[in-house]
Amino acid sequence: MKILEGFEFKRGETLIHKLDPRVKLAYSIIVFALAMIFTHSITLLIILISTLPLFYVAKAFRKFAKSVQGSLILVGIVFAVNFITLGFERALAMSIRLLLMISCFSIFFLTTYPEDFAEALVKLKVPYEFALTFTMALRFVPTLAREAQLIMDAQRSRGLELDKGNFIRRLRNYIPILVPLIVGAIRKSIKVAEAMESRAFGASPKRTSLRELKFKQRDYAFLALIVLMFIVAVYAKYFLGVEELISSLVSLG
Amino acid sequence: MIEVHDVWYSYDEVVALRGVSLKIQPGEVVAIMGENGAGKTTLIKHFNGLLKPDKGYVKVFGVDTRNASVAELSRRVGLVFQNPDHQLFAETVEDEVAFALKNFGFPKEVIERRVKWALKLLDLWELRDQSPFALSGGERKRVAIASILSYDPDVIVFDEPTVGQDYAQKERLAQLIKLLRSQLKTIIVVTHDVEFVAENFPRVVLMSEGRVIADGNTRRILTSPELLKKARLTPPQITQVAWELSDFSVPRDLMWVSEARDAILRVLGVRGR
Repeated sequence: MKILEGFEFKRGETLIHKLDPRVKLAYSIIVFALAMIFTHSITLLIILISTLPLFYVAKAFRKFAKSVQGSLILVGIVFAVNFITLGFERALAMSIRLLLMISCFSIFFLTTYPEDFAEALVKLKVPYEFALTFTMALRFVPTLAREAQLIMDAQRSRGLELDKGNFIRRLRNYIPILVPLIVGAIRKSIKVAEAMESRAFGASPKRTSLRELKFKQRDYAFLALIVLMFIVAVYAKYFLGVEELISSLVSLG
Repeated sequence: MIEVHDVWYSYDEVVALRGVSLKIQPGEVVAIMGENGAGKTTLIKHFNGLLKPDKGYVKVFGVDTRNASVAELSRRVGLVFQNPDHQLFAETVEDEVAFALKNFGFPKEVIERRVKWALKLLDLWELRDQSPFALSGGERKRVAIASILSYDPDVIVFDEPTVGQDYAQKERLAQLIKLLRSQLKTIIVVTHDVEFVAENFPRVVLMSEGRVIADGNTRRILTSPELLKKARLTPPQITQVAWELSDFSVPRDLMWVSEARDAILRVLGVRGR
């Protein structure tokens, strides 16, 4: 469950926190796109390293590190599967790609106030109901993680050993965890709906917002920087053929 | 026997236990009380190894909890959690109660016998084929208790068993504790319910801010204004009445209805009724 820590909003006053959520979203999507475009482990590693200073500026490096630590099992599985089918270099590239996906969205969720995120989606013409559903889902991730921990404690106290038996048995071991978790989530969602309706959700079709998002100079500057980075990266990949260059250098060395 | 020695424990940045020491002998009936966040639940999670101390040690029947698995320790120390919805998952009440027995590898005929015994004990026999999710709150709580009692642990720990329960359920729980006590089980209960403790528990461990601030005779602790204030508890209602009547030479350390009745009658008798 540690993997989730890097996605939980943490209040802060840093430059990254103050950026417009739309700019941060653009950044996440662009880095994600780059993670898809590039295929070589070295280029992917360079992109991964380029994301790290942002966590440092946002003073969220520890949370991110925990999240990476929690994702190591998943990364290990991805590595193993790709190693068997595609060999070492591809497996390495795939593992770094996964870490990159985690890091690019982690910086967004770590530093974006959930309400600002909903507001950003509305500004991007997403219907409010969808934006709210999405941010509420995010809001409930840590709640569910806590709930899962309580359930795990209760079942282990009844002699359940999660890491016992072969692969199939181990999957089956999770049934006593998942059933109460899902039942609880459904019950909770019904309660939330009732609470929202009793506070007149949807009473007026046109909603006003308490916090208005506005682009500031630093937002324009940051956006320009991101777009520039994207153009340079695409140019390097398709017109300069950096990845082929790196591959041939590696095979020479 | 449970021996807690100078245990410290913290969750990330929050220190939950600050040097807790405690000994509980076999057959004892103990209530752990204290304000929210005092560390009560954190402490009982050390009794079956769900949490391991950062510093200090916990020994359960002579075994250091750091050297044993949760499953091994749970076989002797059964924990009944506050919210039954965090554990109910099976298709029928019967399967739910058999879950721990199966995990501990009991033979089939023993499982059948123990499940039947536990279901009858908690008045759930008629409901055995129902889904646990279809039951009322009180019934779900009883299923959770039955699922622990069924495998006959030596120590039974209840976390907040009286929260949200009506009077009849509470009375039933008191009867159950009496029965378990007669079987020489060790019983530990975490609760805020002073009346419940005054009537059923001879020993109280009072916690505040991660420390044990008092440990001993229930009457001494529950009738001490200083200790109760420190742990943010109100005295039992009978004790409050006794305090109000202390001008009429009613003793200040009463906590049972019968005592209060006798004391008041005595006062009235002196007045020459």
